[in-house]
Amino acid sequence: MAIGLALTFMATGCKKTPIILTNLKNRPSPVGDGGPGTGGTFTPGPGGSGPGGGPTADWPEGDYNPNRIIFNQHIVHFDFDSHVVKSSEKGHVQAVANELSSNAAAKLVIEGHCDERGTDEYNRALGERRALALREELAGLGVDPMRIKTKSFGKDQPVDPGQNEAAYAKNRRGEFILMTPK
Amino acid sequence: MKSAARLFFSIVSFVVAGSCQSWAQSKIVVSGEANGAIPVALSGFTGEVAEVLQFDLFVQGFKIVARDRAQFLISGSNAGNVQGRVTLAFGDGGAASTPLLSKSYTGGSLRRQAHAFADDIVSATTGRKGIGQTRIALKVDTGANSEIYVADFDGHNAQAVTRDNTIVAAPTWVPGKLALYYTSYKLGNPDIFRHDLGNGQRDAVARYSGLNTSAAVSPDGSKVAMILSKSGSPDVYVCNADGSGLKQLTTMREDESSPCWSPDGQWICFAGKKDERRSLWKVPASGGSPQRISTAGVSNPTEPDWSPDGKLIVFTSMGRYFSVCTVPASGGEATVLADGEDPSWAPNSRTVVYTRRVSGGRRLSLLDVPTKQTKDASRISGNNSQPSWAK
Repeated sequence: MAIGLALTFMATGCKKTPIILTNLKNRPSPVGDGGPGTGGTFTPGPGGSGPGGGPTADWPEGDYNPNRIIFNQHIVHFDFDSHVVKSSEKGHVQAVANELSSNAAAKLVIEGHCDERGTDEYNRALGERRALALREELAGLGVDPMRIKTKSFGKDQPVDPGQNEAAYAKNRRGEFILMTPK
Repeated sequence: MKSAARLFFSIVSFVVAGSCQSWAQSKIVVSGEANGAIPVALSGFTGEVAEVLQFDLFVQGFKIVARDRAQFLISGSNAGNVQGRVTLAFGDGGAASTPLLSKSYTGGSLRRQAHAFADDIVSATTGRKGIGQTRIALKVDTGANSEIYVADFDGHNAQAVTRDNTIVAAPTWVPGKLALYYTSYKLGNPDIFRHDLGNGQRDAVARYSGLNTSAAVSPDGSKVAMILSKSGSPDVYVCNADGSGLKQLTTMREDESSPCWSPDGQWICFAGKKDERRSLWKVPASGGSPQRISTAGVSNPTEPDWSPDGKLIVFTSMGRYFSVCTVPASGGEATVLADGEDPSWAPNSRTVVYTRRVSGGRRLSLLDVPTKQTKDASRISGNNSQPSWAK
């Protein structure tokens, strides 16, 4: 009773379609619930209440020139797995606030970074939380939070690729970029 | 179950035919390996075909053993094309005269044929659908920049699908479709895009100020969950597939991350922190109060992924090292399975692809959850991370 079915199976390989890539157009957020402030419940009071200094700012970066040098002595460092701005770092935040209060047209971008000891998306959120914590500090010092944008790079841009505590400590940071109108 | 019926038929027909050995002397090997793997013997295959068969079977809970320990014999050849048979084995070295499966494969490459045969082996012996012909998306970085790649689930036949020379993150498939969502910094900020792999069309889905990342598509493809910081803190949001109809689902002051959907589309599971404690949470996809999902025995759970059959949540525990763990979907005792992070379920709800840190970077590895068997995928030059399994 040998039932040996020999079926022929057509295993067609996947045809490799050429990759067509559309350029990513510089379009604003899609229709519906638009940018911050629409349909939201936050009303930022003086100093910007709410976490991170309230809803995020939305001015076009393309209208400004970035200056990374001016604040490169004022990088703020964070403890492991923390977004708390330590008292030892507050002098840096004050220096940034001073510049912004004397330069009314300028805006600010705060970049948040992590060391590699967290997972990718966890670190992307933590980096953002660090940038927002600095924004909240600046708001507390009288800077309008709507002048400040935040940008997290998670652990994608370490300053030190080493795998030791000294390198990690350097990588857990917030960087301030002054944006001056073109 | 179809294969059980075939198995029974094979045994019955063997007895009725009265060939070779008597029923009383034959012993069917019922028990598998100590870890529950199904022992099988391979013979007649060489080179790439043998490698593919060994790999595919191992990561789906089989183990290649000598003939006298095998429960099934897989024999055949690959001269010209793949031909193979699967036969029930007996503990004393004998085998059923009627194969469970006997097929010849044509078309495509030998590698494709071997994957197809592996799928048929899985089906014939267990009734389950094989994963040999499935694909993954992943992030590949070579220094400062990164690109999104699509590859066979084992890392072979990798193709870049972006060429933007920027930072990308968190690719995720649209269920049942040749399309991805991912995060890209191409326009100067982490934004979420939808990318149709068929025609190359890309559309912005979330370009709010601050962070837009961690897109996860609902099982029916109609909605996307994501992490946005537009309200001042990274929170879970849900919107339509095109980004319209945005709704905020969490308002916790701490940072939420890594949303994923339950297979019935009712819940979104995510990692969050409350009262100084990091946990997994779930919130109704239509809105409501988040509830903790306990992961007893491990700390700092993150990056959850809900199994397609709804039973388990796989996640990363961040301790001194990263561990891939599972927990019942309703919460409870967590099980540590492998060193690694960022797991994604295969459609079979048992195999998981994840990232493993090695000296010199990161590579992808595969884990069979029930047997805990692991095997590295083929590495694409550079660091391989953030895999997403197409379902």
